[in-house]
Amino acid sequence: MSSARTLRIGNGAGFLGDQLEAPSQLVADGGLDVLTLEYLAELTLSILASQRRQHPELGYARDFLTVLDDLAPQWVASRGPRIVTNAGGVHVGAAVRAAAEILRGQPGGEQCRVASVEGDDLTDRIDELLAAGCELAHQDTGQPLQELQKSGQPVVSAHAYLGADGIAEACRQEADIVITGRVADASLTVGPALAHFGWSSDDWDVLAGASVAGHLIECGAQVTGGYSVRWQDVELTAIGYPIAELNADGTCVITKPETSDGRVDRLSVVEQLLYEIGDPSCYLTPDVSVDMTTVEVTEMARNRVQVRSARGQPPPDSFKVSLAYADGYTASAQLLVAGRESIRKAERCAELIFARLGRQGLQFARQAHELLGTGRGLPGRPPLPEADPPELILRLAVQDPRREAVQQFTRQIAPLVTSGPAGIAGYAVARSPVRPVFAFWPTTIPREFVTPRITVRSAKEWGEQKLG
Amino acid sequence: MTVRLGDLALTRSGDKGNHVNLAVVAYSRENYDFLVDRLTEGLIAEYFADCRPTQVVRYLLPRVWSLNFLLYNALDGGASRSLRLDSQGKLFGVTAAELCLTGHHAFKSQEPDR
Repeated sequence: MSSARTLRIGNGAGFLGDQLEAPSQLVADGGLDVLTLEYLAELTLSILASQRRQHPELGYARDFLTVLDDLAPQWVASRGPRIVTNAGGVHVGAAVRAAAEILRGQPGGEQCRVASVEGDDLTDRIDELLAAGCELAHQDTGQPLQELQKSGQPVVSAHAYLGADGIAEACRQEADIVITGRVADASLTVGPALAHFGWSSDDWDVLAGASVAGHLIECGAQVTGGYSVRWQDVELTAIGYPIAELNADGTCVITKPETSDGRVDRLSVVEQLLYEIGDPSCYLTPDVSVDMTTVEVTEMARNRVQVRSARGQPPPDSFKVSLAYADGYTASAQLLVAGRESIRKAERCAELIFARLGRQGLQFARQAHELLGTGRGLPGRPPLPEADPPELILRLAVQDPRREAVQQFTRQIAPLVTSGPAGIAGYAVARSPVRPVFAFWPTTIPREFVTPRITVRSAKEWGEQKLG
Repeated sequence: MTVRLGDLALTRSGDKGNHVNLAVVAYSRENYDFLVDRLTEGLIAEYFADCRPTQVVRYLLPRVWSLNFLLYNALDGGASRSLRLDSQGKLFGVTAAELCLTGHHAFKSQEPDR
């Protein structure tokens, strides 16, 4: 059943690792219809995939369970806002079951309806897709995926960015919590809006407006005064997380909880509008191609900014795919260098470390070092001081296909304390870990190869499912 | 007379794979017109030359007094492969603010705080 009533959507997480306190701030403020929680940056899925390989019951954003556990008593009792999240990561089923278990722990919680939206995971389908003629070529270089496979760099994870349709369907089936895997960030907002307003999925201009609203709130505090050069003008301590008040005509007002810190104004909204976009006249999502150049941003009142006039075109025929492949191992190490000629001393330390490794016959596929505090490695050409700084951080990093080689690199740092120059500190920290590299391979896949799968059940019913 | 970009506009950077987007949000219409004229792709490419972008493309959003620059392959492999501490290009936005431009106009700099 559709409605013309304004839909209030708050985003309580901009990434996995964001403030765990943010969602309760939004819910406590009251009046939210939807709470979104965005957990999947470019790399997150490959990290979760690696986690699942070591621990088969994991692979989802556990932050979400912490948040749900915290919210559950009030949320169940007062029938709080619908929650829409991509916390499912690479193991949506496990996230759903864990969420259902938390709900069953609350009086009345077992009736809450939890939806899973799947179909994004292509990891086990790569061979099938290649055989069907999908090249999965690298978006920038055009290199076909098969070349990777020949060079022994296996695909670790591959996920299509699904759109709003699956989420909208789950909302229509009255899910109280919708848990997805990889979806386009803005689709977390467009999905519930589609269901609420009863828009048709080819109403391009309103979809564009909803996508803009989603894009503005998807990074959490970045639209309410965070990550800004104006950091001195805004109180950031209890920064408010954003709320989009979305209207049936696709316009919205961006605001935040009234008693929170931070600030929503024309500049904070415009700087988030432009964040991580390419050509603004065709910002592509799975749901719509948005023209942001027609967007108007107007301050209506303190901390209330209206956004309107986005225009939409049909979306591309393909879904974007985030694919990660194994690309060896990496480690980094840091040392504090102080005293006269700090720059020359730091360079000498880097020289010593790599020369000693060279004497063991170790060269690395890639290596780098930075002198942090000198400004020399900064992007661009900001003005730099003439003299050596009194102290700086020497940071070194390597990447190589061989784990043991990278391990040897980490072992060559501490010996400098007795066999290197004086005026170096920072050896007392633990030896740096060696971690696997999951390199990003951006590609696309024709829509016909991907179908979202929606399952909506009560928390009670999820508990009764046998694991297959 | 020279002026810092940061006195004319707010700047912020983000990453898309191995590419950096640099948003420049002018503080006034006059500043925007000046930047459209002077803050060219060539100027940005030169300022960030040490990052070796393969291409710099500029887009305009006149309704919000903004310019969006895409610096292709300006990262050291992007968040997933960079060996640098700033693997995501978070610092491009603040260093861009130090870019100096020459001009003859009187500018409206940072909006007064309310």
